[in-house]
Amino acid sequence: MGENYDIIIVGGGPAGLSAAYSAEKNGAEKILILERDREAGGILQQCIHNGFGLHHFKQELTGPGYAHRCYESIKNKKSIEILVDTMVLEIRPDKTVLAVNPEKGLMELKAGTIILTMGCRERTRGAIRIPGYRPAGIYTAGAAQRMVNMEGYLPGKKIVILGSGDIGLIMARRMSLEGCKVQAVLEICPFSNGLTRNIVQCLQDYDIPLYLSHTITRIQGKDRISGITAAKVDEHMQVIAGSEFDIDCDTLLLSVGLIPENELSRGAGIAIHPLTNGPIVDQHRETNLPGIFAAGNVVHVHDLVDFVSEEAEIAGKYAALEVRKQTKEPLKDIEVVPANGIRTCVPQHLRLGAEGETVRLFMRVRQPMRKVKLEIRSGGKILLTKPLPVAKPSEMIAVDLPAEKVAGLAEKLEVGIKEGA
Amino acid sequence: MEREADVVVIGGGIAGAAILSELTKYQLKSILVEKEPDIASGTTKANSAILHAGFDAHEGTMKAKMNVEGNRIYHERKEELDLDIEWTGSFVAATNDEEMDTIRELLERGNKNGVPGLAIWSGDKLRAQEPNLSQDIKGALWAPSAGVCWPFGLAIAFAENAVMNGAEILRECKVEGFEKKGNAITAVKTDKGTIQTKYVVNAAGIHADEISALAGDTSFTIHPRKGEYVLFDKAARKDMVNGVIFPTPSKTSKGILVCTTTHGNTFVGPNAQDQDDKEDTSVTVQGMNEILQSAKKLLPNLPMGAAITEFAGLRAVSSTGDFILGKSETVSNLLQAAGIQSPGLTSSPAIAAYLAGILVQETGAKKNEHYQKGRPVRHTFHTLSNEKRKQLVKENNRYGRIICRCETVTEAEIVDAIHRPCGARTVDGVKRRTRAGMGRCQGGFCGPRVTQILARELDIPVTEVRKEMRESYMFYNKDKTSGGKA
Ligand SMILES: Cc1cc2nc3c(=O)[nH]c(=O)nc-3n(C[C@H](O)[C@H](O)[C@H](O)COP(=O)(O)OP(=O)(O)OC[C@H]3O[C@@H](n4cnc5c(N)ncnc54)[C@H](O)[C@@H]3O)c2cc1C
Repeated sequence: MGENYDIIIVGGGPAGLSAAYSAEKNGAEKILILERDREAGGILQQCIHNGFGLHHFKQELTGPGYAHRCYESIKNKKSIEILVDTMVLEIRPDKTVLAVNPEKGLMELKAGTIILTMGCRERTRGAIRIPGYRPAGIYTAGAAQRMVNMEGYLPGKKIVILGSGDIGLIMARRMSLEGCKVQAVLEICPFSNGLTRNIVQCLQDYDIPLYLSHTITRIQGKDRISGITAAKVDEHMQVIAGSEFDIDCDTLLLSVGLIPENELSRGAGIAIHPLTNGPIVDQHRETNLPGIFAAGNVVHVHDLVDFVSEEAEIAGKYAALEVRKQTKEPLKDIEVVPANGIRTCVPQHLRLGAEGETVRLFMRVRQPMRKVKLEIRSGGKILLTKPLPVAKPSEMIAVDLPAEKVAGLAEKLEVGIKEGA
Repeated sequence: MEREADVVVIGGGIAGAAILSELTKYQLKSILVEKEPDIASGTTKANSAILHAGFDAHEGTMKAKMNVEGNRIYHERKEELDLDIEWTGSFVAATNDEEMDTIRELLERGNKNGVPGLAIWSGDKLRAQEPNLSQDIKGALWAPSAGVCWPFGLAIAFAENAVMNGAEILRECKVEGFEKKGNAITAVKTDKGTIQTKYVVNAAGIHADEISALAGDTSFTIHPRKGEYVLFDKAARKDMVNGVIFPTPSKTSKGILVCTTTHGNTFVGPNAQDQDDKEDTSVTVQGMNEILQSAKKLLPNLPMGAAITEFAGLRAVSSTGDFILGKSETVSNLLQAAGIQSPGLTSSPAIAAYLAGILVQETGAKKNEHYQKGRPVRHTFHTLSNEKRKQLVKENNRYGRIICRCETVTEAEIVDAIHRPCGARTVDGVKRRTRAGMGRCQGGFCGPRVTQILARELDIPVTEVRKEMRESYMFYNKDKTSGGKA
């Protein structure tokens, strides 16, 4: 108790593990990872399907496989300690961390720097307001996934899925494989919010109907859900009267989006971006509180874990350099603003010294588009363009801005989409 | 099941629970029967959770008397029963001259009813305390004795006190009829067997007219009037209110209010929708839009994105317009606690004392010398000092494992909720005793974990754990042939 660490990492998912790996490589000596689950790995542990790691490990892995690789890379490092079954209760701006677990009780820990890697959580029914009853049998897709894959129970037998996010799509396939009947996937947008490969492999291969521009207007069943009423929506997402139809089910899975888990960040006084719902960070993933970094889904929800690891390695590196007092005072602060067609861009600002450094920008577009190009400008000059044959809100765009372009920056960076490739 | 009692209380809402607890102060063998798997599953679970000061009801009505007296008893017993109440006071906001006249009338009425401390405030004085309120508000009626509460928590507190003092609570036990001799009930027939009894108290909420009719008293009817709510995330509190703000009431309703609960979540509602179906607690699009629009008149910048859930409750509106309390005129040993619509939550301790008084007079029952106040100690990890937390984990390491991350509820609290007097049997039962699952993720994270703890502690399969109602099973076996309970 009252112990001091170079770096405390809050959350032992892929972001936390990758941050630890990189922090150690960059010279941090006493690193502690705090994880609330019974083992490290985060949400990946319940993602037993394939499709992870193609970028980062150049190999297709399952979720637990990816988590295992991350874990393997740090498990023998003397300077890294992991406490599982441990919940962080509070983070203070002076970098004290209050945590509790059954074995050690309440711990008050001090850190040189902190890295926030708490990941994200699923949006629930309240956030989308479905009329009707409040029966049993309504789960978020992720909660159901945990029950099926880790605990060995089914949420039900006859399933409707609301929202075509990736977890929903993956669960449609999982439930089919478990012998359940997946009646339909409903999506309020005119396009899916999941990766194309998941639409093909999880719905089409199992003949599961996907209703685009549809929503649920009523939940039936008082004790346990017995069905839903679906309806078509117009371009303003308003229900089209007369288009309602009923679908029988004993289970409704919600896959209506993910939001960064930022209760602790808010409590610490970290500035949160209204659109990403995660901390506002610079290119090193440092938040507005000096010495507190953030990476992965806690900053903005990624679609590929590979990018999460990459981002976490950046945070790990600079958290280590800061503890070792090897970072330089920045000379200027350049804002990064999403312009035409871009909804969010991370990092939100660059704190730059005299020499340049390569900066990777992560963006999401507002709507699906074809044959467009990404354009990065500053002070009226175009710094970079990149043709995009397709751009979708569900697929994060990553581009690197080379060091020499970054070095000369004097005005805010505008990131936008232009018609025509 | 064959049982015998002096008094059978029908219905485990706030009224039934308060009555049962009151009866244990006397030498009366009392049994409460509740049809659902847990108490507080009816109207007591979905309402505005306000302990009203008592200026709404007209002087001389049962509602007025019971409200003011109930409010006083809650003040008196808050510490003793460890009740989740915050005495915030309440405001009725007026936006024009006509409404200013109405709140002056309310002030006078309140004074006649014996409500302490009423005063008229200016709009500016109100906004100094509640800065997010609309600039259109000209003045407000301030009632310092009002408060907000955790409504199921109150019913559970009374139930725990009652069981601790020897009363029995039978859950999943539905009254289906009565055995009678002349105009007196001799036994209560339930789906779990018969209970011979000397007296019956009817506190069956929305179903009280049916129970009364089954016993032979058809002097009143109850019809359901739905009220819907939207609940917001705690994180939005800075844009909300600190206490309770009513609009100026109309002839038919207290209107759509804005209130921050004992645990920091704000809600808006209720509307008022008459209906026929006594089971229909569904929420509707029209209802939600109606209450959000209305609430904006008080709070123009209501953060709509921060809504976490909606719910609806049914007011038990009686054909007499007032509470129906006391002895039935046709059935000699039936006591009514019917038509308990708002301010029923507030009035229940007074209703309990009133009915217990009648029963004592009727039976000549003596005081129970062994009656114990209070209820077993609860530790709410979330609100304790770090010193106390450290000590608790040392004594019981399950205080070191957080199960509900939104509300910081530990495994030890959940286990305790299951093993307390009248302990939790369902996932929602755990929620109502500990707040696990009440937070922004609405049980998405902890629901499955709570299910597993319930199965372990009650020694039943996971597939038999229910969310709330009788058939609300949570999970199924992977075995492809089984379903639900099987
Ligand atoms: C929208 C709304 C807002 C309100 N706001 C407030 C407020 O702010 N302040 C306030 O003081 N009051 C308020 N009230 C009123 C308050 O909620 C009720 O007066 C109170 O909860 C009624 O309690 P009860 O015990 O009479 O009924 P209930 O809580 O409905 O309990 C009756 C019980 O009887 C059981 N039962 C029924 N039939 C049988 C049977 N055959 N066998 C066995 N058991 C049976 C039911 O399952 C139920 O549990 C509000 C009510 C509503 C609807």
